[in-house]
Amino acid sequence: MEKTVANVALFAALIAVLGIVPNITLGFGVPITAQSLGIMLCGTILGARRGAMAVLVFLLLVALGLPLLSGGRGGLGVFVGPTSGFLFGWVAAAFVTGLIVQKWRQAPLTLVASVASIIGGIGVLYAFGIVGMSVVLGKSLSEATLLVVAFIPGDIAKAIIAGLLTASLARARPASLLSRQGV
Amino acid sequence: MISLTSPVRTRAHDLPAALKLGALLVATVVLASVSNLWFHGAVFLAVLGLYILPGRLFFSVGIRRLFILWPFVAGVLIWHFAIDAMAEGAVITLRMVSAVALANLVTMTTRLSDMMEVVHKLTSPFARLGLNLRALEICLALVIRMIPVLGQKGQLLSQSWRARSTRKPRWRIVLPLAVCALDDADRVAEALRARGGLMDVQKE
Repeated sequence: MEKTVANVALFAALIAVLGIVPNITLGFGVPITAQSLGIMLCGTILGARRGAMAVLVFLLLVALGLPLLSGGRGGLGVFVGPTSGFLFGWVAAAFVTGLIVQKWRQAPLTLVASVASIIGGIGVLYAFGIVGMSVVLGKSLSEATLLVVAFIPGDIAKAIIAGLLTASLARARPASLLSRQGV
Repeated sequence: MISLTSPVRTRAHDLPAALKLGALLVATVVLASVSNLWFHGAVFLAVLGLYILPGRLFFSVGIRRLFILWPFVAGVLIWHFAIDAMAEGAVITLRMVSAVALANLVTMTTRLSDMMEVVHKLTSPFARLGLNLRALEICLALVIRMIPVLGQKGQLLSQSWRARSTRKPRWRIVLPLAVCALDDADRVAEALRARGGLMDVQKE
């Protein structure tokens, strides 16, 4: 119990730090931060249940009014704005990413964690994000998809990085990879 | 930590947080269900009035927080100008700006402790279903406490990276930072257990 609470809290803090420490922004020309990398890592490292809980706790604090999203955003406004779908999608994204890493054990971990991050952190996440955007902006689903398609290459890069990081964590400290600890 | 609450104290600070959140919920549903341009224009002016009421400082801080919406406002307006449906575009942008502005207004006029109180009340029925409320509250407090700690470790990691390399650290320090988080979690869990743990407190 204490272990779960501590892991959930520390990874929620990690998501926040990845969004506010300016030195960890990824440089691809587009100002994207490592915050969504944090979401993927919550899934690949903590596993489905704890990963989703960490994201949920993080979002709860954002809703309560802490400026923890990248760029110092936060408060209730971000949950009704055009990108709100992506925030709700983060919980499902971490869960699905974690679930795939937990269940699929036949392939090399780098591949598993990268594919899991692509399916969860991009496929599932964008499904939520596109629906949210189409509702708020009054656009059809295909029009909303066009608006976000530019961000997919950067996110694929992040998913591959998430896979590499997860595999090197597993090599260096296998016991730390809680998603593979049989829970 | 810097929060998003207002720099000036307003009369809205004294209203119960639950009331403000309830009103926000109703307002958001109404905004979403009405599609009349005049209605949305009037609501927008009323919201603007609410921002002006507490004075100039509140207004400038509040409006600055809405600026992040400009790419969406511009995109929708240009799109609807192009397809010759300006009225519809105006409804969509006014609805979006009013909804976000009202939500920000609640955030700006409600203290974190009042918000926590509402969370406590809303989650307490779930305690009977097995949700460990104390664990949730400790967890929230822990996150707030550990963000600056972990942030400082992130700074140190990037400093030591720069001492070794001329390139920027970028994602390379994410892994050591994640390891720091896992290590801290181990120590925090141990400390929680040493102080009696979370299960026993719940049983008392």
